[in-house]
Amino acid sequence: MITLTELKSILADSRPRRLEELAREAYRVKLQYFGRTISLYAPLYLSNYCSSHCTYCGFHSHHRIKRHKLSDEEIHREMAHVAKTGIENILLLTGESYQVTPVSYLKEAVGIAKNYFSSISLEVHPMDVDEYRELYLAGADGVAVYQETYDRKRYAEVHLSGQKRDFDYRFETPERIAKSGIRNISLGILLGLSDIAEDVFELYSHLQGMEKHFPAVEYSVSFPRLRTIKGLGFEPSHTDDVTFVKLICLTRILFPRVGINLSTRESPKLRDHLLDLGVTKISAASQTAVGGYTSEEPDKLDPQFDVQDERSVEEIIKMLKAKNYDPILTDWRTIPATFS
Amino acid sequence: MKTQQQTTLSETPFVMGGKEFKSRFLLGTGKFKNKTDLAESILSSGTQIVTVALRRIDLERHEENILEYIPKETTLLVNTSGARNADEAVRIARLAKEAGYGNWIKIEVINDSKYLLPDNAETIKAAAMLSQEGFIVLPYMYPDLNVARELVKAGAVSIMPLGSLIGSNQGLKTKEFIQILINEIDLPIIVDAGVGRPSQACEAMEMGASAVLANTAVATAGNPATIAKAFARAIEAGRLAFLSKLPVEKNMANPSSPLTGFLFEQ
Repeated sequence: MITLTELKSILADSRPRRLEELAREAYRVKLQYFGRTISLYAPLYLSNYCSSHCTYCGFHSHHRIKRHKLSDEEIHREMAHVAKTGIENILLLTGESYQVTPVSYLKEAVGIAKNYFSSISLEVHPMDVDEYRELYLAGADGVAVYQETYDRKRYAEVHLSGQKRDFDYRFETPERIAKSGIRNISLGILLGLSDIAEDVFELYSHLQGMEKHFPAVEYSVSFPRLRTIKGLGFEPSHTDDVTFVKLICLTRILFPRVGINLSTRESPKLRDHLLDLGVTKISAASQTAVGGYTSEEPDKLDPQFDVQDERSVEEIIKMLKAKNYDPILTDWRTIPATFS
Repeated sequence: MKTQQQTTLSETPFVMGGKEFKSRFLLGTGKFKNKTDLAESILSSGTQIVTVALRRIDLERHEENILEYIPKETTLLVNTSGARNADEAVRIARLAKEAGYGNWIKIEVINDSKYLLPDNAETIKAAAMLSQEGFIVLPYMYPDLNVARELVKAGAVSIMPLGSLIGSNQGLKTKEFIQILINEIDLPIIVDAGVGRPSQACEAMEMGASAVLANTAVATAGNPATIAKAFARAIEAGRLAFLSKLPVEKNMANPSSPLTGFLFEQ
């Protein structure tokens, strides 16, 4: 495994030739392990209620935004809209409110999602094994949980209140997810909170530990870059494109079979180029506000982040084909219990 | 002039699961950049058995469906990719059958996302259950003679040992152990996984393997249809070499005059 010193020196090395070497190796590994395929998914925000105060997030408990939780009927409407685009892999998201979006609500949402999608993932508040198990049995096959930063001091500074303040409970969440039977776990850090080299090193160590103890799980990682959110008063440190590209390449080379997800918070140009360097799964035509897909006044909603890539699913598929990639819409399906 | 009778490929047909196949090349369908490349690779190679992961089949049919690119006369071998244990493999197989994809199943039980090595113990369980339900079962396995014997008892129609890690193009890293399976197991041995170039497929056939499956090497080549054809021909060449009873490789020179001749000197 790469050492922290090596990681620091790679990230600090500004020679374009070195970057190109890294990219070529990442391209080779990507082609060998994933071939010419890219999976597609879409996020769907169920609720923006949150009981944690994370200074960098637009959904945090003290931020004055319009709060909303989708009703069953609204969930159906939003899902029908996304499903019509051909997307089969849905990521359901909420703010972290144990009271407003408890397991029972999430279970219901997963149940509805089964009517529309073959694969269902969640990005919600951390839970206990039994609760994850319930969601797994209800039809969820993936869970994303990001540590945000592995620097305990910084973690305490940006997570001011709520259950998310508990660093250890969050850190141990992937283990609890794995024990529940969930097939896919996504880990990640927020770029812009803390020292990148140290956070990435800790993320890699976390991932390695998970691979060792829970080998059956399929892992993926995400590197969301924090951006300034109007009115929030939080100024993230900037992560430049070169560093971002290096992280994707390094992850691809060091973890050849681990998936790398890329959201629409990145620009079309960068997203298109990163396909060759290790990204395996991209979102398309994302709406990042609650009810965003079917709202009549989408501009009045509060998105979790601003979408940079607004292309439709159809346009993304066209782009993939032009770049000689086969778009994968169906990559897993929950196996009906009636077959057991 | 009297010529010696030549051995031909058709003398020993490849029979498995009650079907006879001319081609001994099996093609996997993952990782291709588009379905046209896949269709052309099937045609150029003349493969008659194609594996498809059920997880990738769009049962609801609103995507470009992979099956439209596979000729009707091709035997579809659905694989249980994604199954982490016997139970999941069995459920995937049943779902495939229910959805109308036939009863030929390549059992893949993988409980390790880093190396993608098959779980032999769970594979035996799945093979037994699915054979009993009437499936034609081809288990993918780590080449272990005892496991292969168990798979025979479980009702498999073929054994599919891995040559090296899936997608690694490393060739026959497990050569010695595959040779043991070829020597000891009466079912067709199909070398699967890690076969990265036609010469490696040829080598497996020279050893006496019944067939070879390739995927990554074809799908990620600059020209998939051409490399697929090269694989098919290499496999035929290897088969002919095996039938011709090629001389055994020796690691020392053979003395040209007998060492015990002195015993019979007059």
